[in-house]
Amino acid sequence: MARRSKETASIGSFLVELVTYAVFVFAYFFLVLNFLGHWLKHLFDQQRTLYAVVALALIVVQGIALEMLTTALWKLIRRWEK
Amino acid sequence: MDFLISGTHISPVYLMVVGFLVGILGGFFGVGGSFLAGPALFAVGVPMNFVVGTDLAHIVGKSIVAAKRHRILGNVDIKLGLIMVVGTILGVETGAQIIQQLKRHRNVDEVVAIAFVIVLLGISAFIAWESWQTSKMPKAKRPARPRAGRKPKQDASAIAYVAKYVHRLHLPPTVSLPHSGIERISLWTILLVAYVGGVFSGFMGGGAGYVRMPAMVYLLGVPTHVAVGTDLFEVVISAGYGTLTHALKGNVDILIALVMHTGAAIGAQIGAMLTQYFHGTRIRMAFVPLPLLGAALIVYSLITGHRL
Repeated sequence: MARRSKETASIGSFLVELVTYAVFVFAYFFLVLNFLGHWLKHLFDQQRTLYAVVALALIVVQGIALEMLTTALWKLIRRWEK
Repeated sequence: MDFLISGTHISPVYLMVVGFLVGILGGFFGVGGSFLAGPALFAVGVPMNFVVGTDLAHIVGKSIVAAKRHRILGNVDIKLGLIMVVGTILGVETGAQIIQQLKRHRNVDEVVAIAFVIVLLGISAFIAWESWQTSKMPKAKRPARPRAGRKPKQDASAIAYVAKYVHRLHLPPTVSLPHSGIERISLWTILLVAYVGGVFSGFMGGGAGYVRMPAMVYLLGVPTHVAVGTDLFEVVISAGYGTLTHALKGNVDILIALVMHTGAAIGAQIGAMLTQYFHGTRIRMAFVPLPLLGAALIVYSLITGHRL
C-alpha cells in the first residue's frame, strides 16, 4: 500500500516535471530557434567550417543545459514532496 | 516549420515526439535510436545524406544526458570506452567518405535506405533468436533477477561461448577490463568491433548502437548494463567527430537536431531509470520489434514514394 502511494507520487512528480519542462522548451523553441534559422543557413552556405564548429557547440551546450534543467526540476519537485 | 539548410518542411511537434520516443529507447537500450530516428526523418522527406549527418548531431546532445546518468549508476567502463573511441572515429570517417561517393553518384537515398532495411532486419532476427535461446536455458544457469537498484554481476547468454573464444585470442597487445569482468582481451578485437560500429555510424547515422551494443555483449562478453552505459559514453565522443565531419561535407541540418533533442533530453532520463528494473535478457527481448518498425517506415517510403 505504502509502495503504491510512493509510486503514484513519483508518477505525479514526473508529470509535473514534464509539464514544466515543456513550458521551458516551448519558450526556448520560439525565442531562440526561430531566430537562428537564417543565420545558420548563411553560415552553412558561406562558411562551412565555422558552421560545423557552431553546430557541434550548439548541440553540446543544449545537451548540457537541458540536463541541468531536468536535474534542477527533479530536485525542486522532490523538495516540494518532502 | 521550414528547415532551410536541408530544404524541408517538417512539423516541430513531430520532431519533438520522435526525439522523446528515441530518447526513452536510447536511455533504456543504450543505443542512439537511429534505427527509429533515421527512418522517421526519411519518412517526412529529409534527404538520406541529411538523415545520416543530422541524426549523428542529435545523438551527441542526447548521449551526454544518458551517459551521465549511466556513469552515476556505475554502468560505464571508461577504459573500454576510450579504447573504442579510436576505432570508432576511424570507422565514422570511412562511413562518411562512402556517403560522399554515393552523393556524387546521386544514389545515396536508395543505397542507404536498402542497407538500413537489411541491417535492421538482421539485428532484429539475431537478437530475437539469441534471447529466445537464452530464455530456454535451465534456470540454474541463469543469474537471479535483479531487484530495483541492484545490477547483476554476470549476464546470461546462450552464445556466451563466442565471447569466451574471443577472450582466448591472445593477439598482443592485450588489456584487462576489470569493470566489465574481462580478465584479458586483445586490443585488436576491441578496435575491430569499434571500427565496424563506426563505419555503420558514419554510413547510416546515429551511434550505431544497434551493431555495437550486441557486438560488445556477444563478442567482447561485456555485461549488458555495462555495454549500454559504455556505448553511450563512447558515442558522445565518436558522434561528436561524426557531426563535425558530416557538417563539413554539408550533411547536417543542426536545427532539426536541436528540435529533436529537446524531446530526447527528457526521454533519455526516463529510459536510463527504467534499466534498473529489468535484467539483460528482458532488455534484449524488448529491443526486437523496434528495428522492425524502422525497417517498415523505410520500406513504406521507398515503395510508395510517399512522405508521412
